[in-house]
Amino acid sequence: MSKTVAQTRALVEKSLRRRRLAELRFQAYGIAAVSIGVLFVILLFGSIIAKGAPAFRQAYVTLDVFIDPAVLYPDGIVNPELLATADYVALVRGSLKQRFMDVEGRTATRQLVELVSGSAVQELQALVQANPKRIGTHQKLTFLADDKVDQYLKGNITRSTPEADRSLSDQQLDWVDALRAAKAVELRFNKAFFTHGDSREPEQAGVWGAVVGSLYTLGVTLLLSFPVAVATAIYLEEFARRNRWTDLIEVNINNLAAVPSIVYGLLGLAMFLNFFGMPRSAPLVGGLVLALLTLPTIIIASRAALKAVPPSIREAAMGMGASPIQTVLHHVLPLAMPGMLTGTIIGMARALGETAPLLMIGMVAFIVDVPGSLSSPATVLPVQVFLWADSPERAFVERTSGAILVLLAFLVLMNATAVILRNRFERRW
Amino acid sequence: MTEIAKTTVPPVPPECKTTGVVTVPEPLITARGVNVFYGDKRALNDVSIDIANNQVLAMIGPSGCGKSTFLRCFNRMNDTIDGARVTGSLQLEGQDIYEKRQDVVQLRARIGMVFQKPNPFPKSIYDNVAYGPRIHGLAADRIELDEIVQTSLKRAGLWEEVKDRLAAPGTSLSGGQQQRLCIARTIAVNPEVILMDEPCSALDPIATARIEDLIDELRASYAIIIVTHSMQQAARVSQRTAYFHLGDLIEVGETDRIFTNPRHKLTEDYITGRFG
Repeated sequence: MSKTVAQTRALVEKSLRRRRLAELRFQAYGIAAVSIGVLFVILLFGSIIAKGAPAFRQAYVTLDVFIDPAVLYPDGIVNPELLATADYVALVRGSLKQRFMDVEGRTATRQLVELVSGSAVQELQALVQANPKRIGTHQKLTFLADDKVDQYLKGNITRSTPEADRSLSDQQLDWVDALRAAKAVELRFNKAFFTHGDSREPEQAGVWGAVVGSLYTLGVTLLLSFPVAVATAIYLEEFARRNRWTDLIEVNINNLAAVPSIVYGLLGLAMFLNFFGMPRSAPLVGGLVLALLTLPTIIIASRAALKAVPPSIREAAMGMGASPIQTVLHHVLPLAMPGMLTGTIIGMARALGETAPLLMIGMVAFIVDVPGSLSSPATVLPVQVFLWADSPERAFVERTSGAILVLLAFLVLMNATAVILRNRFERRW
Repeated sequence: MTEIAKTTVPPVPPECKTTGVVTVPEPLITARGVNVFYGDKRALNDVSIDIANNQVLAMIGPSGCGKSTFLRCFNRMNDTIDGARVTGSLQLEGQDIYEKRQDVVQLRARIGMVFQKPNPFPKSIYDNVAYGPRIHGLAADRIELDEIVQTSLKRAGLWEEVKDRLAAPGTSLSGGQQQRLCIARTIAVNPEVILMDEPCSALDPIATARIEDLIDELRASYAIIIVTHSMQQAARVSQRTAYFHLGDLIEVGETDRIFTNPRHKLTEDYITGRFG
């Protein structure tokens, strides 16, 4: 039975209320989902920043050091060769004792000297050897304080804990308080974090070695994976004939993109290290392994980008008498470039954070020196975070989060560069 | 104009069932017994026809009759389609187009094509027209290239409208202007033949009229083959008309005669609108 217009209208009115409610519910779900996501992002970043921000400040001790020639040349003979092995600790000891004259006995003196970082010795040595004219003068020098002093100043070591459970004794805490009152110890910007490599001493540990290692490794990865992946995608998409072999290749590439990354590490271990005998722990090998990892991602994204270029462009180019290679290089590739770069960003971001495959090829070693070349041993930022997270010292807790922040900054920088590049290639139809 | 060797004109096969005269006195292109297969499906059956220079040939017929397929045989654009196979003989000035040694790139510089939907490159107007001369090395320096671009745009009737904005993207023009740009870039490489696959079907009547005038002007320098759905357009623009039906070339002849006095029944049915 067909309805009258009025009846139909009445029915539609009735259903409207139900539909509006459904619409509102759907909106509420969406907002709730987004809010939960945003909340977790805020929590994550908030906790990382809260934990990591203290790592960017470090305690430094300023001391009046008398560069005593009697200590450097014990026999009185001025011999520059002795400068390399002189007892610089004595100079530090002397300076501290000048401030705290009542410190007696070996144990107490040792505890006093412990307040200054072991790096002070190397710094003094470098200073004196560079400028022997300073021997015999008083110098006001700033050294890294020991990491326990640093933690005390940041409030992680407090007097409320019983002395037996603390790393600093009451006496040491008094000394630090005295130094702080005299403005001889203070928290400053932690330059050492950004210029030093790894170290057993937390106050001397920095991310620079890992940053350089990451840069070299990712550089190798990009240089190897981008051209090969783009060329593969172009060949498979534009030139290869559609038959069973190309189908097989396509299925395999898609599968490789989902293979767990540690398998690539095993491949790298077996092939690059054992068979080819490449240097262990080197950015070159790390880059090779990561390139293999990233290839499938970039290939898949590039093929999709190439498929998206309308065939009318290719026809126009070929109709003009462009050869197939010219058609691809002059017309198709520039149009597909934004999609290819997006795939590369995704691939590189994944490679930056990969730890497991690099552990397999030995990049888990404790590397102190900043890598000088592609074949010197190195470590990467995620591995550095992993190593520091395992260390017992209190000061490494904040440094782990600090390293994570550096890693995230690295990632943001990489993405920003790629997005800028992609926008420059973007064309309007 | 290059010499056309009269002795190499192949004869029309005896089994050719086309009504009307397929040959012309001094043909530029000769097609003899051309078949096109897409896989197992036969799209074109034994087509034989001559193309004359300085003349417009219109190919008309209902959808799916094979006229676009035949058009794409001339510049070997069917090579780009997987599974397409062309048999028979096609000769441009006595040279076999489908010979193994024939360089496709060179062929397409001699036979240009304008497509149904205007497809300028996403580059500037200047670069669109300059692309062909650049890759074929037709200009020795920038000044010559500028000249070629200007001449081509003038001949396509686009110069006055774009001379102040040659750096603007080709896609920023209107539909009719884009199609004229495509024509300009086709004539920039100085072809001998221009193929047009329904060039005006995506354009409004005014733009269509301008392009039809342009085709009339270009006729003086090139041989033009145009595929069209519009019989009125074929009547306005061409001197010879060929009617296709389900892959067969049914009738060829002078345009005036075809439209006033068609000899084959199928042709008559199509023209009078009984189907198509």
